[in-house]
Amino acid sequence: MDKRKIEESIFKVLMIISAITIIVSLGLILGSILYKGLPSLSWEMISQTPKGGYYLGKEGGILNAIVGSVLLAFGATILAAIISFPIVIFINVYNRQNRWLANIIRLTFDILWGIPSIVYGAFGFTIMIFFGIKTSLLAGIVIVSLVVLPVIARAIDEVIKMIPQGLFDASYALGATRLETSLKVIARQASPGILTALLIAFGRAIGDAAAVLFTAGYTDYIPTSIFQSVATLPLAIFFQLGTPFPEVQARGYASALILTLVILVISIVARLLTRKYKKFKI
Amino acid sequence: MEQSSHIKVKDLNVYYGQNHVLKNINIEIPNNQITAIIGPSGCGKTTLLKCFNRLIESVDGVRVTGEVLVGGENIYDPKAEVTHIRKKMGLLSQRPFPLPMSIYDNIAYGPKIHGERNKKELDRIVEHYLKEASLWEEVKDRLKTPAGSLSIGQQQRLCLARGLAVEPDIILGDEPTSALDPQSSRHIEQKFIELKEKYSIVFVTHILRQAKRIADYLIFIHMGEIIECGPTKEILENPKEKKTQDYVLGIIS
Repeated sequence: MDKRKIEESIFKVLMIISAITIIVSLGLILGSILYKGLPSLSWEMISQTPKGGYYLGKEGGILNAIVGSVLLAFGATILAAIISFPIVIFINVYNRQNRWLANIIRLTFDILWGIPSIVYGAFGFTIMIFFGIKTSLLAGIVIVSLVVLPVIARAIDEVIKMIPQGLFDASYALGATRLETSLKVIARQASPGILTALLIAFGRAIGDAAAVLFTAGYTDYIPTSIFQSVATLPLAIFFQLGTPFPEVQARGYASALILTLVILVISIVARLLTRKYKKFKI
Repeated sequence: MEQSSHIKVKDLNVYYGQNHVLKNINIEIPNNQITAIIGPSGCGKTTLLKCFNRLIESVDGVRVTGEVLVGGENIYDPKAEVTHIRKKMGLLSQRPFPLPMSIYDNIAYGPKIHGERNKKELDRIVEHYLKEASLWEEVKDRLKTPAGSLSIGQQQRLCLARGLAVEPDIILGDEPTSALDPQSSRHIEQKFIELKEKYSIVFVTHILRQAKRIADYLIFIHMGEIIECGPTKEILENPKEKKTQDYVLGIIS
């Protein structure tokens, strides 16, 4: 057999192994949380806050953490989107010619992306101590939004960068301003990409434990204002798995299952809601 | 020419970085005629066209000196309002770029950004200009469907209707038929001939036969300079310059 054919078949095998690896990994992860968590998953767990002694195996649920995580992740994703959209529009529409500045901004985002979230948490904690602020939902949202900001900005940036100049020109030629072009044409064309960016960011925000550890705190109650501490699912999982009681550990797996389901449900709903925009993409 | 020309170019020079791509262009575009800009590829045809509506500004590192007067107003005056200038011109690009919205919204987009809010009036505009571009019969039952679902030829006519809907005086075409099949190309050419009653049309083409078929006036550019311009018949039958002769005979291309 000649050399090129051998190369071809070796690479084919590699591709198959890679594909199997990721599928099996996903299967194992889902399988283990289903196997360990499903028996403990009950209506009580998702409809009640922890009662006294919950972490010792007594009654209650983790509604506090579900509500907290969803609020926090939504807040952080929206805040990060509000901050990143203008920057992305700036480098791709207003300042399209100045590659130099755009590349510096992109590099900044890439570096921010690489900073571990515990560093953001510690950074937030330092600032909070300085100003004498207590752990709260608001502080959590602000810090987590910093964690996901580069994720959203770079993901949207990559999509908008691919839009051909001709589409910008088509809108400009009709007398549209750059803002009108950005909001009515470019944002629409990029809408599937923007949605994906928001979903990735949401998934990262809701799953982040390190940044919220110092900033959002933890509580057994559902917050009634953004200035109160708030519980989050990753920390709830951590606390439950950290107890020596098997039944509480099982609830930890159930909590992991809930976290996964929340992300799944939100992804599916978001895709359905934005389907009508996708079809107009050219 | 008695009436004042819609587009008049005075001492226009364009540089891309160190590259001097258009040199001392002085030209008047005749009103209510079809003007074709011809010349070998890379000679600056499209650059000249893009100077007319300042789309040239979206090119990296470009510098423009001189004047382009549109309706007597210098569009390169620092005080000139670019959106107002572009509203006077419809653009057809090399390949159609429908906006990512429905057929209806593609036409209504221009009028809407220029302040038209009345639903009935918008309906009228959409119907009128789709008819003007001979597209109405093909799309009247699916105005709400995505513009991207039309064929390329239909998309180009949609872009024409979209450009006309902002009520321009001038239509610019940058090789508007180069991505189209022969039948759709003929359709656009036919449209141009009908539309010159109301509009001044300037288009870039690399197809000499197309210029011959529909243009009244020719501008021949070579290496960034206008070599010759004049009525089509004159240029094609009696070119004065050697370079024009060569181009017409197909020696330079």
